[in-house]
Amino acid sequence: MNFDFSDDQKMLKDQARKFLDDKCTLADVRKVLESDASHDDDVWKGLCELGFTGAAIPEAYGGLGLGALELCVLAEELGRSVAPVPFSSSIYLAAEALRLFGSEAQKQKWLPQLASGDMIGTLAATEGAQAPSPNSVKASFSKGQLSGTKVPVADGETASVAIVLVITGGTGEQALSLAVVDLTHESVTRSPINTIDPTRGHAEIVFDATPAEILGKEGEGWDAYKRVEAGAAVLVAFEQVGGAEAALNMAKEYALDRYAFGRQIGSYQAIKHKLADMYVKLELARSNCYYGAMALAQETSDLEIAAATARISGTEAYRFAAQENIQVHGGIGFTWEANPQFHYRRSKLLALSLGSASRWKDRLVTELEKSNVA
Amino acid sequence: MDFNDTQEEAKFRTEVRSWLEKNAKQRDPEAAKVGRSEKSEADRLVRAKEWQAKKAEAGYAAITWPTEFGGLGGTSIQSVIYSQEESAFEVPRGFFEIGLGMCIPTMMKWATKEQNDRYVKPALYGEEVWCQLFSGLRTKAEKDGDEWVINGQKVWTSGAHFCDYGIIVTRSDPTVPKHKGLTFFFLDMKTPGIEIRPIKQMSGDSGFNEVFFNDVRIPDSQRLGDVGEGWKVSLTTLMNERLAIGQGSGVDYEELLKLARDTELENGPAIKDSNVREKLADWYVQSQGLKYTKFRTLTALSKGQVPGAESSIGKIVSGPKMQDLASFAMDMQGQGGIMQDVEESPMAGAFQNQWIGAAGYRIAGGTDEILRNIVSEQVLGLPQDIRVDKKVPFNELASGKK
Repeated sequence: MNFDFSDDQKMLKDQARKFLDDKCTLADVRKVLESDASHDDDVWKGLCELGFTGAAIPEAYGGLGLGALELCVLAEELGRSVAPVPFSSSIYLAAEALRLFGSEAQKQKWLPQLASGDMIGTLAATEGAQAPSPNSVKASFSKGQLSGTKVPVADGETASVAIVLVITGGTGEQALSLAVVDLTHESVTRSPINTIDPTRGHAEIVFDATPAEILGKEGEGWDAYKRVEAGAAVLVAFEQVGGAEAALNMAKEYALDRYAFGRQIGSYQAIKHKLADMYVKLELARSNCYYGAMALAQETSDLEIAAATARISGTEAYRFAAQENIQVHGGIGFTWEANPQFHYRRSKLLALSLGSASRWKDRLVTELEKSNVA
Repeated sequence: MDFNDTQEEAKFRTEVRSWLEKNAKQRDPEAAKVGRSEKSEADRLVRAKEWQAKKAEAGYAAITWPTEFGGLGGTSIQSVIYSQEESAFEVPRGFFEIGLGMCIPTMMKWATKEQNDRYVKPALYGEEVWCQLFSGLRTKAEKDGDEWVINGQKVWTSGAHFCDYGIIVTRSDPTVPKHKGLTFFFLDMKTPGIEIRPIKQMSGDSGFNEVFFNDVRIPDSQRLGDVGEGWKVSLTTLMNERLAIGQGSGVDYEELLKLARDTELENGPAIKDSNVREKLADWYVQSQGLKYTKFRTLTALSKGQVPGAESSIGKIVSGPKMQDLASFAMDMQGQGGIMQDVEESPMAGAFQNQWIGAAGYRIAGGTDEILRNIVSEQVLGLPQDIRVDKKVPFNELASGKK
């Protein structure tokens, strides 16, 4: 039984933690919140220089050629520090989609720039206030051109390349394909959009006969999209675990510092039990994340189940820790100057960015019905 | 990352498995989960003693004990591997865990060599069964010459009615605060003056007892540790509580999934109902979380490390889950869910049985609330509850229902 990360992977994690503890404090995150910046460029450049963006990209395309497990440990630290950087869009989504489904030419063209961080990538699927599905996507691709509107798109303002979920004709799931698009083309109009978490930039992107290429096979976009989502779900679940642990620690420190009725509030069972519940949810999520990491690294046939399991418990752990952290803080907790808001905002952003927990629960049960567990 | 054994672990697993195959019968997993044992406790005890003797002979009865006490001198992970393998076989369980897991290790630490020579081997071979008499700290012990006279009452003693020996913590000095003034002994459960009354649980089972002591006289040589140091001795017993590594029993998401497939609701099969699907997913995710948490613990043991605090979450999750899942499954059955009937109820009434039993499972061995106190204090480092009894002599304390 060796259900743990290797010493090298733990060293990489420590390295990321040291860098982020130094350069990406909550005061740094606050600067992004209180400005129009889409991300913290110093932190982003630092992560790129350390080689983290290229960690899981093959050496042939300018990366370090490590694997999913390395990305997982990095994700946990990015989540812990509520990092205001386009890492998930560029690496878990765009680079992974290109690595999995790109042609040789597409990989050659985009992956080295994503690996070095010279270029930011993203994935654009959602079109307004409903989850993307074979019935709701309207953006269309034909004869090498893409038209339609995607909103919200994470890092849509700063990204140079996007993987876009489009209709290519036909019905149902077979109508969908993935396309790769150069966002710097003049036919692309982008405008920032307000979200619950301004520490991560989001935009509306309008494509008007924009030149694009199909990624992977035409008509197989829905399955490809779900595969990319499943991988990203595991990585985001590690961010959620990192965030949940940080929120728990913030709540714990406050509960030890704050006195009410002559006692530390952390000595009251109402608070102690709340923190114990945060810990329980966190550890369940962490254990499920480990399995998700293993399934992702080994591309096992139950990746969909493992990813859904990690995502559902990661979402629940961070939701609970972030909201109850504010509750433990009491009045100060919902002021602008206090820090619990960062986790509250980020937890909901992450909970929705790859689709809500109820959608993943349905996906999970669909898989369980197919498999032989019953 | 992998779930594989190391070379040594794999070798040990093969040895264990081939020994089990020669000596026991493979278990039918379905029957064990749903059905109840039809044999009487006395019959099961006879079988359990035979099995224990075989196991002890092969060295598997106490894998981590030193060889001088009849153990294998093995590692914790070997002990876990044995339990994993044994769980696939139909072997009697539930009689020796407390004795070998808690009582005898306490004896090994505190009893004399002569006493251990007398008691350890018969316990290991299942010839003598042990229990622990802990709950109920008002049981008095008074010195009378070379003897102690014990009066009072212990509760929640598992298996007292079939045990030969017990370890007991008594109050020898009520004028000092709670954890001082305790003295620890071992005793023969047949000593005159001991009366055992089973406690019938709401499930109808009687796994626990009340044990009454009426002028029970035991020699001072059966004292473990110094007079007034009983709490210190108790701690060794409690520290030996075995790591809960075994698979949880009872009905779980698989059975709920099966039920949901077989049950027709107003708007179609239950498995198509979004509320049912959501709950199924939640309980699946919790079950997997517990399973992989155990794997993390096993990984630490495999590397010879002390497991992390994550191993403390098990019962906090599994207790309410057992209860809620069973209750939900009964709801799905409509009014028919009230039937606890082997013929009429789905899966022979397994959900109903679990619903009744889970109420106690959330309490026995540490309530949900005490376990949350332990996590918040020992894992998260939050302050202990304010103890109004800490400096008060025991005989001045308020207690029970007042």
